[in-house]
Amino acid sequence: MRVTRRYRFAASHRLHSAAFTEQQNRELYGKCNNPYGHGHDYVLDVTAAGPVDPGSGQVVHIPSLDRLVSDQVLRDFDHRYINADLGEFQALVPTSENIMRVIEDRLTAHWSEAFPGEWPRLESIRLRETKRNFFELKT
Amino acid sequence: MLITRRAEFSASHVCAQPSLTPEQNRGLYGAAANPAGHGHNYILEVTLEGDPDPVTGMVFDLKKLKELIQQTVIEPMDHRFLNYEVPPFNKIVPTTENVAAEIWTRLSRHFGPGNPRLNNVRLYETEDLYVDYAGDRQ
Repeated sequence: MRVTRRYRFAASHRLHSAAFTEQQNRELYGKCNNPYGHGHDYVLDVTAAGPVDPGSGQVVHIPSLDRLVSDQVLRDFDHRYINADLGEFQALVPTSENIMRVIEDRLTAHWSEAFPGEWPRLESIRLRETKRNFFELKT
Repeated sequence: MLITRRAEFSASHVCAQPSLTPEQNRGLYGAAANPAGHGHNYILEVTLEGDPDPVTGMVFDLKKLKELIQQTVIEPMDHRFLNYEVPPFNKIVPTTENVAAEIWTRLSRHFGPGNPRLNNVRLYETEDLYVDYAGDRQ
């Protein structure tokens, strides 16, 4: 069984790669390359999978998941400029794809502290940048 | 091909195990353990999988699916206190997981392994929490 919990964070970013010229960056990233950045209300869906514990009737202890996502993701991402405020993005373009990978790494690195047993497992994360695009990653 | 029908019901529940202390239940279920209960507007999405009938062009008659959901889930659960009025939740905790599994059990009686088969039950307890169940253990 899969349980999905939805979280939200507001953050700004700028898409700009040191590998390209100014002109190439503008052509590739368009408005997302504007020099001072811009923001989104990101929606993050975290899906955990496992058997239902016969006693508790739960797949995942939601307060533990909330604490993990809050400590590892929301605390650092919410109301921040991703390019400037997060170490991982000093040399990494904060596309939604890359943000997903960083979130996956952070959750995976601390998953077993929050959930020491065999289950639940982190199954997937989904990031919605705007209402018209979203990104999904099977972990 | 997958086809999905959505339905809603409003119900109250309390998540607590009689064998645990109030403090233990609160640790496990948070505010959902408050003894007098609380309610949600549940949203249910039932997905069937199959090939469209060559004559009707349909995987399954959505009107029939609506009636089936109505009879097996909505009528028994809507505007009810699940723990007191909807077995088996007099015996098991009506977490979203257990409610989704119970809905799967009720619906799966009406579908075989053939065409169409019951593919998935998604149950939203709130906008920010939902469960997917496809009959598998995990």
